Amino acid sequence: MQRTISFTLNGKPVRVLTDDQRMLLWVLRCDLGLTGTKFGCGAALCGACTVIVEREAVRSCATPVGTVAGKRVVTIEGLARDGRLHPLQEAFLERHAFQCGFCTPGMIMNAYALLLRSPRPTREEILRAMEDNLCRCGSHPRIVQAIEEAAAKGGAR
Amino acid sequence: MKSDPHGLDRREFLAGSGLFILIPLEELLPAQEPARLPARPGYPSDPNAYLRIGPDGRVTCLVGKVELGQGSTTALAQLLADELDVALEAVDMIMGDTDQCPWDMGTFGSLSIRQFGPVLRAAGAQARAALLAMAAERLAAPLERLEVNGGVIADRADADRRVSYAELVQGKRIERRLENVPLKPPSALRVVGRSPRRKDALDKVTGRARYAGDILLPGMLHARILRPPAHGAVLKQLDVSAAEKTPGARLVRDGDLVAVLHERRDLAEQALQAIQARFERPPAEVDEDTIFDHLLKFAPPARVVHEAGDLAQGEKLSAAILEARYLNGYVAHAALETHSATARIEGGKVTVWAGTQTPFPLKQQIAQALNVPAENVRVITTYVGGGFGGKSASRQAIEAARLARLTGRPVQVVWDRAEEFFYDTFRPAAVVRVRAGLDGGGRIVLWDFQVCGAGDREARQFYDIPHQRTTSAGGWSGGNPAGMHPFAVGPWRAPSVNTNTFARESHIDALAARAGADPVEFRLRHLSDARMRRVLEAAAARFGWKPARAPSGRGVGVSCALYLGTYVAMAAEVSLERTTGRVQVRRVVCAQDQGLVVNPDGSRQQMEGSIMMGLGYALSEEVRFRGGEVLERNFDTYRIPRFSWMPRIETVLIDNPEAPASGCGEPPIVNLGAVLANAVFDAVGARLLRLPMTPERILAALNAVGR
Repeated sequence: MQRTISFTLNGKPVRVLTDDQRMLLWVLRCDLGLTGTKFGCGAALCGACTVIVEREAVRSCATPVGTVAGKRVVTIEGLARDGRLHPLQEAFLERHAFQCGFCTPGMIMNAYALLLRSPRPTREEILRAMEDNLCRCGSHPRIVQAIEEAAAKGGAR
Repeated sequence: MKSDPHGLDRREFLAGSGLFILIPLEELLPAQEPARLPARPGYPSDPNAYLRIGPDGRVTCLVGKVELGQGSTTALAQLLADELDVALEAVDMIMGDTDQCPWDMGTFGSLSIRQFGPVLRAAGAQARAALLAMAAERLAAPLERLEVNGGVIADRADADRRVSYAELVQGKRIERRLENVPLKPPSALRVVGRSPRRKDALDKVTGRARYAGDILLPGMLHARILRPPAHGAVLKQLDVSAAEKTPGARLVRDGDLVAVLHERRDLAEQALQAIQARFERPPAEVDEDTIFDHLLKFAPPARVVHEAGDLAQGEKLSAAILEARYLNGYVAHAALETHSATARIEGGKVTVWAGTQTPFPLKQQIAQALNVPAENVRVITTYVGGGFGGKSASRQAIEAARLARLTGRPVQVVWDRAEEFFYDTFRPAAVVRVRAGLDGGGRIVLWDFQVCGAGDREARQFYDIPHQRTTSAGGWSGGNPAGMHPFAVGPWRAPSVNTNTFARESHIDALAARAGADPVEFRLRHLSDARMRRVLEAAAARFGWKPARAPSGRGVGVSCALYLGTYVAMAAEVSLERTTGRVQVRRVVCAQDQGLVVNPDGSRQQMEGSIMMGLGYALSEEVRFRGGEVLERNFDTYRIPRFSWMPRIETVLIDNPEAPASGCGEPPIVNLGAVLANAVFDAVGARLLRLPMTPERILAALNAVGR
């Protein structure tokens, strides 16, 4: 159904007049011009499109935009605040926890949701939480280390 | 001076001959590139082609290589900064832009540092020497009294007498040319050998990194293209009436190309789904299980790759003969970024932003497809979301350019995951037949290695065996008879070599077991190459290898390989669940000698990445198909390695700066098949002859040996 959908995006109010069944990923990318959230599979299988809705990680390629009406959405573009990187971004940067970087926004957002619900996760918790985020370059060991380091520095924020 | 037909100007290459040896590229390069290219222009010898010094002192480095994630943006900048004596932070990289960068054949084969590194260093050294000569005149000081630091040349006798590169050049080209400028010896390198922060790091952790599908242009349309259900299928009926009713959708048909375009990609997809199309497909004659006999039947005649001694003599000397047939299926590249491109045509100028490994060949292909002069086409390579060989082919960019012309609007093409599998240039399925003989003393005296389908790269044996022959029939690089493969094949990270190493190192292991020898000791017994011995000994030492005859029940294995000048040895430990056949890799130790190491941390990243990615082709990845129909459409059935698969990974970089820098992005991955097959054998005494080693195949192998 065509309607105006209002939500908070990276701390700012936005209004989009569109079909509420369209997926959030494409509204972010095509309508709102935020390209940090990536398309990898279109079926919630890879995690490249992960964003935060009300403190939880969701796959934006399978989230109808109508369902985020009135909610707070955070994308990779909204994670740094006042020009300062989030501890997770710092840790990914310092650890070089990426190669091609295409899965990185989804990895960071998924890890962010993990730290929001479990500020000091064990290694097993990290592995379980990240299991369905795919990386083809094989940065897995560094990603786990980066999440551990960010958690140690109070990464939930 | 004339450039040689293989793209290297010998003089440039030899400019650094004090350090770098001439590498025989002849056998390597012609096979690498897409077919039907015009003659290669070759690398320019003028340093100005590779670097510009701005009025602010910043250095812009222009190279035709591209950043796929392998970190060459940083490593190449390190090489230039060192030879030019400027701060790494002062170097800005522009890569893979065909209007700005000097020609390059493409980014593959782990060649960016190995083969292009010397070219870039020579350019840096020549520019530095020219600037020094200019400064000597400007400061009226003898050359030997001058020193360079951070792009500023100073007179040692009078520190106030100084001039910067920027002042000397004043935003212009460096007109002075000097020949035969030596490169710095390894001991003088300051930036090379360190691990600075990657230049792409900030972009990639903030979401600012732009890939080809992130280019947004005013008026741009997203295209979705009608695809056949199988390779070889022919369109018989088409009804687009429902699709045309999607508000804002635009339909285009041009010969084989049927597309719907829309300002929103998801709405273009919706319209595509509304198209009614009937295709007629040829009968499916082969699948992932019958492909091996099919390959043997359809392959071109085998070619001898290498021969030594006399096989008949080897047979006579053999007390025991061991024969086996090693198989591996098709494997997909499966980069997280699907093939993407954005095209714009303005005033006759075609500009295409593409995720590609081959921007210069692509420029020619686009010119050909649109029938415009090549100088009217510019390919700009954005960040590329993983390549692994799969983005050497860039069909999507040609589609975007064609659609931009047909619609008169900028057009973006981003394949979905099913298209990515369908048009992938898979690692070919292959069969390797090996017949080897041991004499009474436990030495290999016979080696007959016949590879079919994979290609001959590194097929030749490096163990000391008196009577040996290696043959190869068909391969990843083309020249295969029609019908041999049901779809496209191409380079997949370390092409040929994953297959050849799996077969060789599995068979060596089987021979060691037959001889009652420890797998490491048995290999060393047949190795005289000092660099290979060193990596094997280093891997075994770090692993804490305790000699034993396999199967020892511990689940440990080793494998050695050579890849285009890089030596790599690996030891691994697995645990195996006998009830399910599931393998968990506990630990992988990798020792590598890649000569001069430009960026140690970047090299380790490549080694770790190779190990993680290699778990896939070893344990789970295999493209299933029925004739030309590719059954893999997404990551639910095509399982790539995940966090829970992660072994403890340890990397050992051999310090060998006097040897030329060879590649590091591909070598380690070649060992994964054999090192895990050998570890599985060590664990349970069953040898897996086919990759991937899925739980079903492991259970079947366990049953076959009654364990």
